[in-house]
Amino acid sequence: MGPEVDTPGTSAAPAPPARPRTGARTGAALRSLLHTREASIIGALIASVLAASLLVEGFASGRNAGFLVLDVAAIALIALPMTLVIITGEIDLSVASTLGLTSAVMGQLWVLGVPLETIVPLCVLLGAVLGAVNGLLVTVAGLPSLAVTIGTMALYRGLAYVVLGDRAVADFPFSWTGGATARLPGTDLPWVALLIAVLAAVFALVLHATPVGRSLYAIGSNAEATRFSGVSVRWTKLWLFVASGTVAGGAGVFWTLQYGSARADNAFGLELSVVAAVLLGGVSIFGGRGALPGVLAGVLLLGTIRNALRLADVSSDVLSIVTGLLLVVSVVLPTTLARVRARRPRPAPPS
Amino acid sequence: MRPSRPAPSDSPAQAKESEPIMRERIRFGVTAAALAGVMLAASACGGTTRGDDGGSGAGSGGSTAEADPDAEIPEGLAISFLPKQLNNPYFTVADAGGKEAVEELGGEFKEVGPSEATASSQVSYINTLSQQGSDVIVLAANDPNAVCGALNQARQAGSVVVTFDSDTAPDCRDLFVNQATAKDIARTQVEMIAEQIGGEGEIAFLSATPNATNQNAWLELMEKELAKEEYSGIEVVDTVYGNDDDQKSFNEMQGLLQTHPDLAGVVSPTTVGLAAAARYLSSSDYKGEVALTGLGTPNQMREYVENGTVEEFALWDPANLGYLAAYSGASMSAGRITGEQGQTFEAGRLGEYTVRADGEIVLGPPTVFNKGNIDDYDF
Repeated sequence: MGPEVDTPGTSAAPAPPARPRTGARTGAALRSLLHTREASIIGALIASVLAASLLVEGFASGRNAGFLVLDVAAIALIALPMTLVIITGEIDLSVASTLGLTSAVMGQLWVLGVPLETIVPLCVLLGAVLGAVNGLLVTVAGLPSLAVTIGTMALYRGLAYVVLGDRAVADFPFSWTGGATARLPGTDLPWVALLIAVLAAVFALVLHATPVGRSLYAIGSNAEATRFSGVSVRWTKLWLFVASGTVAGGAGVFWTLQYGSARADNAFGLELSVVAAVLLGGVSIFGGRGALPGVLAGVLLLGTIRNALRLADVSSDVLSIVTGLLLVVSVVLPTTLARVRARRPRPAPPS
Repeated sequence: MRPSRPAPSDSPAQAKESEPIMRERIRFGVTAAALAGVMLAASACGGTTRGDDGGSGAGSGGSTAEADPDAEIPEGLAISFLPKQLNNPYFTVADAGGKEAVEELGGEFKEVGPSEATASSQVSYINTLSQQGSDVIVLAANDPNAVCGALNQARQAGSVVVTFDSDTAPDCRDLFVNQATAKDIARTQVEMIAEQIGGEGEIAFLSATPNATNQNAWLELMEKELAKEEYSGIEVVDTVYGNDDDQKSFNEMQGLLQTHPDLAGVVSPTTVGLAAAARYLSSSDYKGEVALTGLGTPNQMREYVENGTVEEFALWDPANLGYLAAYSGASMSAGRITGEQGQTFEAGRLGEYTVRADGEIVLGPPTVFNKGNIDDYDF
């Protein structure tokens, strides 16, 4: 990343060569940039939903919408705090392993005869603790989150196998497993859609309407400068990792009940789907840029494409190719555009 | 998350947390933890524990409709095969057998599936097939329970669910087409390895995934079989898992031979594992020293039988398995059978089959392949 004032916003703004670089201008440019990135991903979502409805038999039905939501539910949940984490320039790759460990612990506690009413909050709490471990390693020990969470990704998955081994616990009561996928009364939408919506609203409010949210962008753009401006970067990051772990723990509970099977290998590799959806949603992997509506659109876009292609009998190999290409394009396109713009003569950044 | 306070204006470059804020935050954390503890304690009294409920089952169970053995199988039945994963040679052959049967019946055949053999990935495909209005879903389950909810929804929407190769919990499907009884499979493999190592010595198992339903059942039964008097000279020293991945199985086989220098034989009850193990064995010093047998396909094993690495191995014909599964599903969809014990139906070139307890249909005992007969089979 460049110097502090040269935020990504300036590079993409259609700026006249000798534009004065005031903070207000930069902010406006940043906002318009956010607007376009988000607008394009939301546009792509609407276009693919329309195309799928017209072209793919069986897509445009409430029942199928319910399936689609259940398919992406865990990804959508975990993507919410992940967005905030990535905006601060960090990453949490341990989320799927947190989910797996939570699921394994849930199964083991159930076998030990602990009531589910106790297991569920305990598991969410466990997620918070696992997230706090990540957070402490990043903030107190000052290690890069990529390294820390690659480590805990392996660690938590390993612990999951220690807890549950090769077994699968599957004798959860139907009132709970069926309840996990139950539909909202009068609709085809599962209740988890409502949960996602509420959590998304909370995270969006925090990110886009509070000083904390603004400080996240500032941290992502330039953590040092943000720290000097009086924001506690370390506390903020610690809480973000706790939030990430908590939601992953909750997603572990949901996943276990949704599939009715507690296994140590649950959601193996899901962290990549989450990060992919977040990046597709227009969040910069380098931090400082992105918005929650775009991420939700990204999650739904990936879900829609997979769902529609499956209904159209496209084989799973082609499906992987298509989603992979989509991701590459979504990353390459803005970078290429930025490079094209960068060829224009630009004034030297203020020192 | 807590909103951070604006920094005191007189210390713009303050990196350290100011004391009161720090203390307040710690107090917040402690309070939250205490609150959570109280909630936990409160919720611990009385709740849903294991044994409260009759387990996970909520399937619609056996159909109450009467079977009509003379019912016509309608043309154009949509019969969809959902293997554990695509591009697995075993399922490619099984599904080809299914296709043959569906074409004989004038139905519409389809094969879909995930590229990775995970439990949850199959759920999406079951939902898709249900949404497409598939009449019959023929499934080899990656997890006996994780697919249950989706299968029962599909059944409520009118699909007949037939499992083959790997069963689900019995209340999630209508029929299970078993390749051979687990007992037959276990006994055949024990007989083969006992004969090849001369009745005594150390043996090990190279299995598929640790959660594989059928492999685990066979391993258990093989151990039981080996506990018999006649096999008292044989000792099982290890069980390793190749995850039905060629490279992993290859490495596990290598590891087995290194950790157990006195190993006399290896049994691999999975086609991927056996082929990978044979490939390692044929190029190692242990060739001819260590016996290898298990379940494999003739095409994959031909080379190793011909060069003497492997003496005999066994399998049922997966094409027949897929064929029978398609006929079973079509018969049920048409109302010829309802899944009750004792009902019989015709399965094309394979002849008549009888539904056993729990909706199980058994293909027959496994076939043993060796130098003498391997060239008669092409799958």
